[in-house]
Amino acid sequence: MAQIPPAILNWFAAKGWSIHPHQQDMFDRAQNPATLLIAPTGGGKTMAGFLPTLAELANGDHDGLHTLYVSPLKALAADIKRNLRTPVDEIGLPIRIEDRTGDTSATRKKRQRADPPHILLTTPESLALLTSYEDAPRMFAGLQRVVVDEIHALAESKRGDQLMLALAHLQVLCPGLRRVGLSATVEDPDAIARLLARHPDPCDILLADPGPDPDIAMLQTEEMPPWSGGGAAYAIPAVLEQIRQHKTTLIFHNTRAQAEIFFHNLWLANEEGLPIGIHHGSLDRQQRERVEAAMVRGDLRAIVCTGSLDLGIDWGDVDLVIQIGAPKNVKRLVQRIGRANHRYNAPSKALLVPANRFEVVECVAALEAVKAHDLDGDPRGRGPRDVLCQHILIAAAAGPFEADALYIQMTSAGPFTDLTRVEFDDCLDFCATGGYALHAYDRWQRLLQRPDGHWQLRDPRAAARIRMNIGTIQDTDTLKVRLKRSRGGKPLGEIEEGFAASLTPGDTFLIGGQIVRYEGLREMTVEVTRRADKKPKIATFMGTKFATSTQLSARILDMFAQESWPQLPRHTADWLSLQRDVSQLPQRGRLLVESFPHDGREHVCVYGFAGRNAMQTLGLLLTKRMEEVGLHPLGFVSTDYATLIWGLDALTDAAPLFRIEALRDGLDSWLAGNAVMKRTFRASATIAGLIERNMGGQRKSGRQATFSSDILYDTLLKYDPDHVLMQITRDEAMRGLVDFGRIEEMIARVGDRIDLVRLGRITPLAAPLLLEVGKVPVKGSAEERLLAEESERLLSKAGLTS
Amino acid sequence: MNGFEFEFAGKQLVALGSGALWWPDWRLLCVSDLHLGKSERIARRGAPALPPYETRDTLNRLADDLDQTGARIVICLGDSFDDLDAARALGEGDRQWIASLQAGRDWTWIEGNHDPGPVEIGGQHRHELRIDTVTFRHIAAAGAVGEISGHFHPKARIRTRGRSITRAAFLVDRDRLLLPAYGTYTGGLHCDDPVLCDLMRPDALAILTGSPPRAVPMPRDS
Repeated sequence: MAQIPPAILNWFAAKGWSIHPHQQDMFDRAQNPATLLIAPTGGGKTMAGFLPTLAELANGDHDGLHTLYVSPLKALAADIKRNLRTPVDEIGLPIRIEDRTGDTSATRKKRQRADPPHILLTTPESLALLTSYEDAPRMFAGLQRVVVDEIHALAESKRGDQLMLALAHLQVLCPGLRRVGLSATVEDPDAIARLLARHPDPCDILLADPGPDPDIAMLQTEEMPPWSGGGAAYAIPAVLEQIRQHKTTLIFHNTRAQAEIFFHNLWLANEEGLPIGIHHGSLDRQQRERVEAAMVRGDLRAIVCTGSLDLGIDWGDVDLVIQIGAPKNVKRLVQRIGRANHRYNAPSKALLVPANRFEVVECVAALEAVKAHDLDGDPRGRGPRDVLCQHILIAAAAGPFEADALYIQMTSAGPFTDLTRVEFDDCLDFCATGGYALHAYDRWQRLLQRPDGHWQLRDPRAAARIRMNIGTIQDTDTLKVRLKRSRGGKPLGEIEEGFAASLTPGDTFLIGGQIVRYEGLREMTVEVTRRADKKPKIATFMGTKFATSTQLSARILDMFAQESWPQLPRHTADWLSLQRDVSQLPQRGRLLVESFPHDGREHVCVYGFAGRNAMQTLGLLLTKRMEEVGLHPLGFVSTDYATLIWGLDALTDAAPLFRIEALRDGLDSWLAGNAVMKRTFRASATIAGLIERNMGGQRKSGRQATFSSDILYDTLLKYDPDHVLMQITRDEAMRGLVDFGRIEEMIARVGDRIDLVRLGRITPLAAPLLLEVGKVPVKGSAEERLLAEESERLLSKAGLTS
Repeated sequence: MNGFEFEFAGKQLVALGSGALWWPDWRLLCVSDLHLGKSERIARRGAPALPPYETRDTLNRLADDLDQTGARIVICLGDSFDDLDAARALGEGDRQWIASLQAGRDWTWIEGNHDPGPVEIGGQHRHELRIDTVTFRHIAAAGAVGEISGHFHPKARIRTRGRSITRAAFLVDRDRLLLPAYGTYTGGLHCDDPVLCDLMRPDALAILTGSPPRAVPMPRDS
């Protein structure tokens, strides 16, 4: 077995460090085809991943690329480069380390392809792009190892599926390629191992000492949290006090909007001017980099942030993590807490700050779950075929390919091992011809089969278009925000196009901690001016939606069954008592349905506590019934515990909504026509390459020429309902839904134990639901009625009558 | 019939929910911006192959409107074909279908910027057409009176108490009438766009398509 070179051992010794057992274990397995390490942050995980690389490169006789490091975040790649540079320089190893992300300059990228470094740090998207070039075999020649960092985060999304397809491609170019995965604690390490390894290679799983249990508590505040609301403004003084007492505090939020509002309020109260920064994915890159640099220097006492700082970045001396709002699932909470106190074997310190009283209940349940080491999460299921389509196009961009060989290559990727040949051929046909039942474009098909059987692009120029559309991240379209100046002012960040469309000149909103006034849209840039207002008029742009976990909601339901709540703060116990007085608390074996007017509309709240997917499905079914019985539903939103539906008319009898027969009638066409399907179609069609995200600068030019993806969906539904993209859409939508059969069972179980409570106003328990993101509009007769009303009102106001 | 009746240039007209215009006195049906063959043109330019059903779908809807109204005169107000090559590439089935729709009807193709020349499909080809006191042309002309045109694909957004609703819309004032795009694969231009705000008088109406169509004062937000 190879030994760690003395130069490296001496460096460890000089630092007064010893090699951790899991670092040695990883080194001993360096020749294995795949190894997964599960270790807490701060446990020397990065060094464990790179030690074999440093050892193999120590004698300086390797030419070209040796190790590829892939992480979910650009910032992480930059950070690892810094952290790796130090030992490499101090030991004096002849190793070139470079990163390559969307932020790397074009000249540098070009040079990297001609003359690759020994270690290249990159992201799944940049790697997929690299594999799409004709010269990929030359660039990757000699590649020995790939290190996938934070693989648990990649495993949750299509980015992981994309990465594994790219690795399958690399494995063909470099048959000896060895894979290493680095992961935080997860509930199912085997699933991650299966994702990582080339099928059917074995994959050892190493578990490092998880370290002591984290020290987590709820933040004690003088003020009471409100009934609903997500800002946690009440906790500002207590949070400031904690910042004062610690070196560096990370303050996590579940959404960007919440982070912005909290940061704004924190500054208003920050009388002594403590250095506090904000960091999230919507901010301009330069602004993010400034905050990152200040953090590395230790200049900041606190950073208000969201998911963009969520992963294992070793920055500064973070000694406290504050989580604002309920940590929607326990796993995420534990991983976040990993941020604090990165010294191995010191317990991490974290404080939870519920934003409202329902979240107090969730936080208490989450604390119990952490103590019980009760991690949760859902299995990912089969690899999505939209990503497969994208990779068929990527393969074509790289050069002619053989279908048989590509099928074998792709089924060696963990998520796609059970892909059938028929499914693969359907995807290939889609990429080549569009895959329509009506053959209309034989002359213009995208891929052609040559006489020798290989597939290639009909028009080689298509490769550039394919490359421009690589990626699986479905950020809604965003627009840049700039200060209005004569020659283009300072960029502040980005907002969702939908949010921008809702603004009228004069509206104020928060971005980067400042209040700005919307002035107008200029060439797809949102122009704003600074305002000194105290309160923004509008403060919601989307962040990431997190689902609470099913286990967490079961714990909450148990808590509701108690007579009294000694484990809850007094105000929250009083709030639950009030809910019991004015309505009821949801109970196991019964179904509570509340009906009340609020804000000019009627609302129905159904407390199913069945998990978000089931509640989302129930929302679709109940709105179908409400449409049928003439209640004019307008939309709904679902969480793990409840579905809130709003519409024009009041629900006074719940029984007809839950009649199984009636639910089933016409279900298919209702499900096919709903907004969830259309949203899913848009995402899958974009990934699969039917809709182009980027057209090389000509996006949205000539606005009446572009039409909505909903039209494509409706057209396929009408004329080609079994098209492969419709199959993919149904599969992908079902990831966020459950089978109708499970809802049937649930309704059958409840039977007539449905309690409808009609109230004059919103209840304590329903109020927090108003803030949930992920609202699903229902397009039915309500729209016609609203339009009729508004038309009449506007015409008579203008002195016209119709 | 599912329509909104209004007076324009002294004539009684009906805006149909489908986006077609019906002139009962002449038994005349007018549709604009069909963009037939759009998916073929997009594929030809190297972009992804969109579902090739938009020509069929557009003709389906047109056939319905012809059936319902029993129109004798048909005016396609320009951009009927996504380009002249798209018109040439139309399949035999689609051509025969168009011919059967034309049978027994006086059919005029007005030229548009997408189809600025004659196509080898039956019917007359005109740059513009005058009937009674009304002029039909593709793009609105400065200072025109009694003019019916298309081109802009107007749409309107109405904020109601429940949600904001966007639909393709007719725009009409005392001088001009703009038709929404009728083709299946068409988007729209919001009527608060400066181009449309400048073109239409301050008291213009927007008639939103749908069943039934609804009129509102033309929204001008910005």
